[in-house]
Amino acid sequence: MAEHILEAHSLTRQEAQIPREDWFEASETLQHLRKNKKFPTIWCSGCGLGVIMGALIRAIDHLGLQRDQVALVAGIGCTARMPVYLDFNTLHTTHGRALAFATGLKIARPDMKVIAIMGDGDALAIGGNHFIHAARRNIGITALVVNNAIYGMTGGQYSPTTPVGMRATTAPYGNVEPPFPICDLAIAAGASYVARSTAFHALELDKYLSEAISNDGFSLVEAVSYCHTTYGRINKLGTAAEMMRGLRDNSISKTAFDKLSPEEQQANTKIVRGVLHRKKRPEYTAIYDLIVQQQTHQEEIRLRNTGRH
Amino acid sequence: MSVKLMQGNEAIALGAIAAGCRFYAGYPITPSSEVAEVMARELPKVGGKFIQMEDEIASMAAIIGARVGGLKSMTATSGPGFSLMQENLGYAVMAEIPCVVVNVQRLGPSTGQPTAASQGDVMQARWGTHGDHPIIALSPISVSQAFDLTVKAFNLSEKYRTPVILLTDEIIGHMREPIELPDFTTVEKYEHVVTEPPETYKPYSNRTDVPPMAAFGRGYRYHITGLFHDEVGFPTQRLDEVEPWLERVNSKLERNPDDILLYQADYQPGARVAILSYGATARTARHAVKQMRARGEKVNLFTAYTLWPFPEKAVEALADSVERIIVPEMNLGQLALEVERVAGRRKVTRVNRANGEMVTPDMILAAMER
Repeated sequence: MAEHILEAHSLTRQEAQIPREDWFEASETLQHLRKNKKFPTIWCSGCGLGVIMGALIRAIDHLGLQRDQVALVAGIGCTARMPVYLDFNTLHTTHGRALAFATGLKIARPDMKVIAIMGDGDALAIGGNHFIHAARRNIGITALVVNNAIYGMTGGQYSPTTPVGMRATTAPYGNVEPPFPICDLAIAAGASYVARSTAFHALELDKYLSEAISNDGFSLVEAVSYCHTTYGRINKLGTAAEMMRGLRDNSISKTAFDKLSPEEQQANTKIVRGVLHRKKRPEYTAIYDLIVQQQTHQEEIRLRNTGRH
Repeated sequence: MSVKLMQGNEAIALGAIAAGCRFYAGYPITPSSEVAEVMARELPKVGGKFIQMEDEIASMAAIIGARVGGLKSMTATSGPGFSLMQENLGYAVMAEIPCVVVNVQRLGPSTGQPTAASQGDVMQARWGTHGDHPIIALSPISVSQAFDLTVKAFNLSEKYRTPVILLTDEIIGHMREPIELPDFTTVEKYEHVVTEPPETYKPYSNRTDVPPMAAFGRGYRYHITGLFHDEVGFPTQRLDEVEPWLERVNSKLERNPDDILLYQADYQPGARVAILSYGATARTARHAVKQMRARGEKVNLFTAYTLWPFPEKAVEALADSVERIIVPEMNLGQLALEVERVAGRRKVTRVNRANGEMVTPDMILAAMER
């Protein structure tokens, strides 16, 4: 820090809004970041992923979870790089398979909080099968799906959530495929908690993630984001800041949405933010554990009766 | 100790439980489904967990996830499912996650003949996943050995932090034989012990052939990835970090041949011909050798139980002992390629059958005349 510049301007460090030297250590939530990993992240500057990562670590922090008790499992893509920066048990797997790896891990360690972090292509194209089956089982995993409607890491190909008519490098004349409504899909498949927010609504996201992680069953949080580098450029949607503003202007809270007339709801094209679904259902590992308890008990009796104990 | 009559597939399941397997994920496929059925029935009795996944890709992923969580794990499949497992099999190699994959081979390619036997996946077991990589594949010749080699598969998998393929076939899988089951508590099991404290623990240390593996959720928070990684598990592209890893992982099996390479070499002084075989075909070979020896003909018999890494030195020695090696296989010549590679100037005669039927002793005897 060039102290003499501050002096020339007659500014204190505080007035110049220069962070304290121990800013990193002073922040409790930042303690969840891996200090031995070289930052910056691989994400483009202006990307919504940093905000979403912030929401995730605040959610974990609010719940007061021990870092050892949390596992982050990711597939492949920009979003899937999130775990490497965070000081938890982190498993960076193959494309589309985060939920399948997470299923094995959750069954092995039902006491751990397992969070699967995926992009839209990762979760719904190559990983679509695992997504619906994890939801069907209602296994206690939180799926965080960051939906930017594009394959960012590979350079801007259309994804299963790219809106009809929008352009991508592999849809140069406009996308002809209808998109998946991620939340509806999860609800239909059996998820017990489903919520949606955006990278603009960071605190809302943090609240939904807390609820999702606390939910005893399969939870989905769809975090709508943007990719200004590929999708934004190809579709002339402006800078990262403009796209971020777009999330604010083109979304509506569920509370406000519910107050609309049926005709207005029908005509709505905005992203509906809120808790879209909550239903108490038996959680997979808990149900399976009943079988294990019953069978281990009967086995003990059998061994005792045959004199092998 | 108790004697039971059972199928090879059942023996594999019980061998897994004896070896400490406590997680199984699989997808139904003929002729391997009995392994899943026995695991579904038996695992809960010992506190283990079974799950039928949505496909073989997910099954392979789930067993890796469960082992990361600390449970020894296995899946079983056949040709088409084995193909689907290849990507995550490579992940297990890269991330050095122990696990056992059973392939009860059936006639392929594609759906082929699901109920017919084959040894057509020998090369897929070696090179099925992308990229250069080490792999272990074991192949039993009887029901009793199916049990023993499953135990061995688990222990090698743990000891060398690598996936191990139990490459069996429909004949061994569905054949019933008496087997002496040991008391499972007496079965030797390899367990990882991490002595390093979390602050200095390096899950991918290159200072030893195989660094011990810490399970998730026990205070060792670290990163596991399919990308090239440094000693603590973080992705890296630096050559000074990647090259020691390549060197260690690609030579960790070669450096321990006595432990990994299992075979039986039955030499007869003065023999000029040898038969080399494995799996169900080894039973045919034994039969042919018995007939020849009964007629007073001298023949050397080599049975490979470890197919990968290929027991080169032992096969070289075999080649040195005779003028000709006969290699019967239920495929169009796969392990024969390896035999030809190491046999030098010795003649290698292939005896192949890839129509779902076993190679017969007569086919081997006829090859002697060729």
